[in-house]
Amino acid sequence: MTPPVEELTGVAAINPGIDDLIANSARNRQNPPSGDQTMIINMGPQHPSTHGVLRLVIEVDGETIVGLAPDIGYLHTGIEKTCEAKFYQQVVPMTDRIDYLCPMTNNLAYCLAVEKLLGLEIPERAQYLRVLFNELTRIQSHLVWLGTHAMDIGALTVFLYCFREREDLLRIFEAVAGQRMMTSYVRVGGLSLEPPRDIYDKIRTFLKNFPAHVEEYEGLLQTNPIWMNRLKGVGYLSAEDAIALGVTGPPLRASGVDFDVRRDMPYSGYEKFQFNVPVSDVGDVWARYIVRMQEFRESVKICLQALDGLPEGSIVADAPKIILPNREQMKTQMESLIHHFKIVTEGFGVPAGEATSSVEAPHGMMNYYVVSDGTAKPYRVHMRNPGFATLQALETMCKGRLLADVVAVIGSIDIVLGEIDR
Amino acid sequence: MYDPASAIKGKQAVFEAHPENAAVKALADLATDAKYDRAELTITVARENIITAAKAAQQAGYNFLEDVTAVDWYPSEPRFQITYHILSLKLKERLRLAVRLDGDDAALDSITSVWPSANFYEREVFDLFGVHFGGHPNLRRIMMPEDWNGHPLRKDYPVEGYR
Repeated sequence: MTPPVEELTGVAAINPGIDDLIANSARNRQNPPSGDQTMIINMGPQHPSTHGVLRLVIEVDGETIVGLAPDIGYLHTGIEKTCEAKFYQQVVPMTDRIDYLCPMTNNLAYCLAVEKLLGLEIPERAQYLRVLFNELTRIQSHLVWLGTHAMDIGALTVFLYCFREREDLLRIFEAVAGQRMMTSYVRVGGLSLEPPRDIYDKIRTFLKNFPAHVEEYEGLLQTNPIWMNRLKGVGYLSAEDAIALGVTGPPLRASGVDFDVRRDMPYSGYEKFQFNVPVSDVGDVWARYIVRMQEFRESVKICLQALDGLPEGSIVADAPKIILPNREQMKTQMESLIHHFKIVTEGFGVPAGEATSSVEAPHGMMNYYVVSDGTAKPYRVHMRNPGFATLQALETMCKGRLLADVVAVIGSIDIVLGEIDR
Repeated sequence: MYDPASAIKGKQAVFEAHPENAAVKALADLATDAKYDRAELTITVARENIITAAKAAQQAGYNFLEDVTAVDWYPSEPRFQITYHILSLKLKERLRLAVRLDGDDAALDSITSVWPSANFYEREVFDLFGVHFGGHPNLRRIMMPEDWNGHPLRKDYPVEGYR
C-alpha cells in the first residue's frame, strides 16, 4: 500500500545525460568490468511509436535496458519568446499549438492566468460552457491516447474505432468554434462565440452513445491476452518517485497519489460538479490504462451535469475595453466600433504583477505563469506542461525492462511533443 | 476589476497578515521579502539560502516542485528572478519562491538534491537564460544546439534571432 500523500517526499535517481550515457558505455566497451558489453540504440526521432519527434538514447545489455536518456529540443518553436512580442489576446491562438490534442484546455489555462491578473469576473454561463468543452476535449485527447497506444501494441481495430468517435467530437468543435483542432474558443473574459442552439442535442446524443463505445473498447482489449501481458507489471513507478520527478495527471494517480486539480484546487466552477477521481496504487502501464478508462466515464458525468445546469446569460464578462464587441454591435454602435478598433490595434493594458493558473489537462497538471509589467503585451509567459516532467520519469519506468516495453510505457504516459519542446 | 491597493507587499506586512500559513511559518527566518497578491504568496530568499529554503518548504508540506523558471528584468538590476512553484498536495496550496540575481553574476545552487525533477527545469533555465546552477549533475543545453550563440529568452536577445 502507498503511504499517505503528506508523507511522500522521496528522492529518486537523477537522469543521466546523453553524453554521460555514451561515455560510460564506451568505457564499458573498452574495459569491460565483468566481460559484459552494452550497446547504444537510438530510438526515434521518427520512430512510429513516439507519435512525434522524440529521440531516446537507450543503452541495452542484450535486450535489457540499463540506461535511457531522452533528447529534447528537436522541435523547439520558441513559443515563449514569441508570446512576449504579441498582445495578450494574440497569444490565445498560439497556445493551441502547444498541445494540439487539448487546445481548449490550453486556451483556458492561459486565459485564467490573464483573468487573474485583470481581476475579471466570468459569467456563470461561460464557466459552464468552459467546463463542458474542456471535458469533451479530455475525451477527445484520451481517445487519441487509447487508439495510438493500442496500435503500438498491435490492436489496430481499437485505433479505428477511437478515431471514429473522435470525429464526432471534432464535428462538434467545428460547429462551435469554427475549427476542428486549433479552436481558440476560450478568450480572455469569456468565450469567442455563442454555440449554435442545436449543438446541445448533438452533444447529448454523443454522450448517450459513448459509454457503450467505452465498453466496446474494453471488450476488445481486456479479453486479449497480448494486450494484458504487454501491460501488466510493466513500467512501474512508485508514488515517491512520481512526486519527486514531478509527474502529474493520470500517471500520478495510477501510482496511488490522490490529487486532481479539478477537485482539490477548483477553477471555472468545478466545485459545483459531482465526480470521482479514479486512483490506482498499482503504478504500472495497466494502472494508467485503467485510470484513463475510468476518466472517460467521469468526463461523461461532468458533461451531462454541465448540460443540465447550463444557465442563460452572457458568455462574456462586462468589460467592453477588454472584450471584442460582437459583429452586430460593432456595425450599429459607434462606441463598440471604437472599442473594437482600440482593442485590435493597441490591445488592452493589464495591471502589473504575476499570476499562475493551474488546470487539469488530459495529460496532467498544466500551469501558465504570466508576468505583466502593465503594458498591453505580456512581459513573460511560461508554460508548465505535464509531458516535460513525465519524460524525466521515463528512465525510472523503463530501467531493467526489455526494449519492447519502452513502446508500451511511452504509450501509457501519453506525451505530446509540442508541449515538451517549447 | 483588479485593485492594486489590495496587494500586501513587504515581509513584515505579509507575515502579520498570514501568520498561520505553513510557508510563512517555515520560511520566517530565511525570507528577505514577501508579497501576497491575487491570492498568491510569493516569498523571496537570498541566493545562498535556496537549498535551505527548499528543504524547509518541503518539510512544511510543500512536497511537489511544479516548475523552475526565470524572468529577465533587463536592464534593471538585479536582473534575473528565478521562480520556483512549489505545491503542497496535502494543504492544496501553492508557494512561489523567488531568488533575485545580478546580471553579471547569474549563478545559484541547484535544488536537484531536494527534488530530482528540477533537473530538466534548471537545464531549461540555463539554456534559455544563461543562469548557472552550481551542483547540477548534468548542466547542459536542453533545447538549443550545444554551439548555439546566446540565450534566446533574455530580453536583449532579438525576437528574430541574430542575423
